[in-house]
Amino acid sequence: MKDEVTREERIDNLKGMGCSRKRVEDARFTQGKGNYVDDIKLDGMLFGDFVRSPYAHANIKNIDTSAALEVPGVLAVLTAKDLEPLALHWMPTLAGDKQMVLADGKVLFQGQEVAYVVATDRYAAADGIEAVEVEYEELEVLVDPFKAMESDVVLRPDTVGEDGKPADGAHGPRKHHNHIFTWEAGDKEPTEQAIGASEVVAEEFMYYHRTHPCPLETCGCVASMDKVNGKLTIWGTFQAPHAIRTVVSLISGIEEHNIRVISPDIGGGFGNKVGAYPGYVCSVVASIVTGKPVKWIEDRMDNLMTTAFARDYWMKGRISATKEGKITGLHCHVTADHGGFDACADPTKFPAGFMNICTGSYDIPTAYLEVDGVYTNKAPGGVSYRCSFRVTEAVYFIERMIEVLAIELNMDAAKLREINFIRKEQFPYKAALGWEYDSGDYHTAWKKAMDAVDYDGLRAEQAQRIEDFKAGKTRKLMGIGLTHFTEIVGAGPVKNCDILGLGMFDSCEIRIHPTGSAIARLGTISQGQGHATTFAQILASEIGLPADSITIEEGDTDTAPYGLGTYGSRSTPVAGAATAMAGRKIRAKAQMIAAYLLEVHDDDVEFDVDRFAVKGAPERFKTMKEIAFAAYNQAIPGIEPGLEAVSYYDPPNMTYPFGAYVCVMDIDVDTGVPEIRRFYALDDCGTRINPMVIEGQIHGGLTEALAVALGQEIAYDDMGNVKTGTLMDFFLPTAWEVPNYETDHTVTPSPHHPIGAKGVGESPHVGGVPCFSNAVHDAFRAFGLRQTNMPHDHWRIWRTANELGLHD
Amino acid sequence: MSDKKHYKLTVNGQAVDVLAEPRELLIYTLREQLNITGPHIGCETSHCGACTVTIDGKSVKSCTMFVAQADGKDITTIEGLGSPDGLHPLQEAFKEHHGLQCGYCTPGMITRASKLLEENPNPTEEEIRFGMAGNICRCTGYQNIVKSIKAAAAEMNAAKEAAE
Repeated sequence: MKDEVTREERIDNLKGMGCSRKRVEDARFTQGKGNYVDDIKLDGMLFGDFVRSPYAHANIKNIDTSAALEVPGVLAVLTAKDLEPLALHWMPTLAGDKQMVLADGKVLFQGQEVAYVVATDRYAAADGIEAVEVEYEELEVLVDPFKAMESDVVLRPDTVGEDGKPADGAHGPRKHHNHIFTWEAGDKEPTEQAIGASEVVAEEFMYYHRTHPCPLETCGCVASMDKVNGKLTIWGTFQAPHAIRTVVSLISGIEEHNIRVISPDIGGGFGNKVGAYPGYVCSVVASIVTGKPVKWIEDRMDNLMTTAFARDYWMKGRISATKEGKITGLHCHVTADHGGFDACADPTKFPAGFMNICTGSYDIPTAYLEVDGVYTNKAPGGVSYRCSFRVTEAVYFIERMIEVLAIELNMDAAKLREINFIRKEQFPYKAALGWEYDSGDYHTAWKKAMDAVDYDGLRAEQAQRIEDFKAGKTRKLMGIGLTHFTEIVGAGPVKNCDILGLGMFDSCEIRIHPTGSAIARLGTISQGQGHATTFAQILASEIGLPADSITIEEGDTDTAPYGLGTYGSRSTPVAGAATAMAGRKIRAKAQMIAAYLLEVHDDDVEFDVDRFAVKGAPERFKTMKEIAFAAYNQAIPGIEPGLEAVSYYDPPNMTYPFGAYVCVMDIDVDTGVPEIRRFYALDDCGTRINPMVIEGQIHGGLTEALAVALGQEIAYDDMGNVKTGTLMDFFLPTAWEVPNYETDHTVTPSPHHPIGAKGVGESPHVGGVPCFSNAVHDAFRAFGLRQTNMPHDHWRIWRTANELGLHD
Repeated sequence: MSDKKHYKLTVNGQAVDVLAEPRELLIYTLREQLNITGPHIGCETSHCGACTVTIDGKSVKSCTMFVAQADGKDITTIEGLGSPDGLHPLQEAFKEHHGLQCGYCTPGMITRASKLLEENPNPTEEEIRFGMAGNICRCTGYQNIVKSIKAAAAEMNAAKEAAE
């Protein structure tokens, strides 16, 4: 057979890995034909919504629902008393704690769910909510975790044992009745010794404020109990649909095969949609009670006030070094404010997530980390907002500590990083707090970044600016923000990573159709990442069929293989690996079919782009399309008909993406307004699947980082009132505030991942936050600033300038 | 509770008569009565722009307008901008330049951009950023949205020139 197209053309035709394939999702989204949960409309569908507590801490003396039940359109009002006989008034959290579904005698945070009103539509539900009478008895409010740890006020009666002493929690003994857990990593004594014996020690205390992922689409669901067939279907904004199915089965007693969970299109997740929320439980109960589908959709205030805060870590650090700047030890203590229930979305064995990645990109010989989780009168959550579990906090901590150490050493912070980077030849690198970094080449990335921005030139310009400022020629200071981050993503190995006992593997199932097209289903779920585009590219390269001929489907538990979902940048590291491995199973069978068709031994054919060819005789080949057809129409001795494969991939290790970021900022000292002049982002996510999608992820993650660093927060007053419950107060940047970003890359493949990919969606957020923050700090370094807490909004920057005497 | 009333709207060129409580917000009339689910709800306070539609030639956030206020008005949503066989140049450009990710803000974003380009067929980057500041996107960081709008403007201007 004569080939009419070149090998390069055959590669291009596949649109496989490495090309900027346009997204297949976009046709429906640009035409308004996405299918999000609030678009779902079912016959007779009802609407449920919550009566929420206006108080942050109060006993509930009485709930009178009688007037609400008289409101036209209201069918039912559920309270904890209605859920108690079903044992559904409390539910397990992902962190081993339990959480009230509806207020059981008291409320622990403002906005807590008190009663659930079921009505014919959302207006009737809102009228019903107004008519529910709740009698509260206000209690002392604790919004400060340090005060909570000293207070006699018991937030959670279930934390006190029969002897009146704090009872053990899910992660060991409690130090106090408002204490949740202590978690530690590393070696305490050797770290103390190393720091004590060092020539230079820098200490700092920093607060990584509470914020919220705030996807544009809020959380919601539609629960539909089909009483005829005994099947429960739940559509929802679930980042982990299979886990939701298992949880619903465990807490409801409905057999898992009778539950179908569907995640339709999701309007952004960023960690907000990992957890299980009272709205899901109440909707299921309401559907079972009424026999009708019930929809629940958060409004924006519900979303910001109740589901899934992020961060809220008080971090105290000590870092030591030689006079020359070689780091000798690192100590970190965290007081973690978890709110009224510990509902953090972390793997079971990691109550503080992967905070123990806080040694960062540096070769630190000894380190110790201790985290204390504390209850307060704030909303539960503690999700990973666009990061792997607590990795943003860890990277912020070490990148600030490096800056503080540079000040202590009177050294350039870029130079200090260079001195301490883990060297290329040290990989795989065993870090002091336990992780084994898979691969990296930090010096090369750093040098590329420094050269790209002309770092020395920037420092010279900054020095001149300081001179000019002191001479009264300008009122603008210049900050150069630096960050070199190392992430830990792709959770994770089943041996140490599970959520509620479910191992954190992931999966892919492929069916090749007779005419040479395919469908692949995965255990993950896209929330905008473009899985339908990029996973088809992985498969195209693996099985030699064009990406355009491969449908990717996710999110329906009746059809997709079991997986733990999409968060923590785990889709590419885990499900992407499963996809490649399932593709290789297809290829192995295709090889046997090809050999049979070509009448040679299996070992005498080899894969080449889109075909198997006879070794040494490339003109004799069978294309994958031909092989697919043969799989369905030939009786091949010893080979089953059909061409399908499934892979469940348990990753041997996490992956460790890294990057080098530089932010150049001008700050108006008199207004506190920062202007981002330049942002350079070099990312190394290993093998690159779709450069266009990677770049898009980086733009987006940097913008979410800008938001968190420069203004976004969930703030409470002393009464526990949320001060930032609408988009008027909660900062989401618009096109007007956001700069253009410069992106760059190096490629250091993961040695243990089948295609060498590491994941990228969260890197820009993880690296971006400290980079923006370091730029603000750096602008004031020459005037004596060491640490000022985020968010660096205009007022706080102005205040910093004022405190430094720059307005005098 | 108030009584329902009839309202006459023109939506994407079609005259419709809806029966609704006057307090009903236009976004719910569109989405729940007329099954026009392109415009989305993101904040219900006019900040995010996911619900943006065009009413009598102006960009309007339909989450903070009562259906009663829309009586007699001419409304265009994303569904009225193009068809699968003939996409609007903005729809093409957003696909081409990766101007969207989760897609939730996209209908409002494109609807707003279509008005912006009517008002200013050849906007600078600064004018695009200012003109789109009422529409929030959480995924893209706006860089590729700006690029998409610029590309669509160029495309529309070239088509206009060719027609003249």
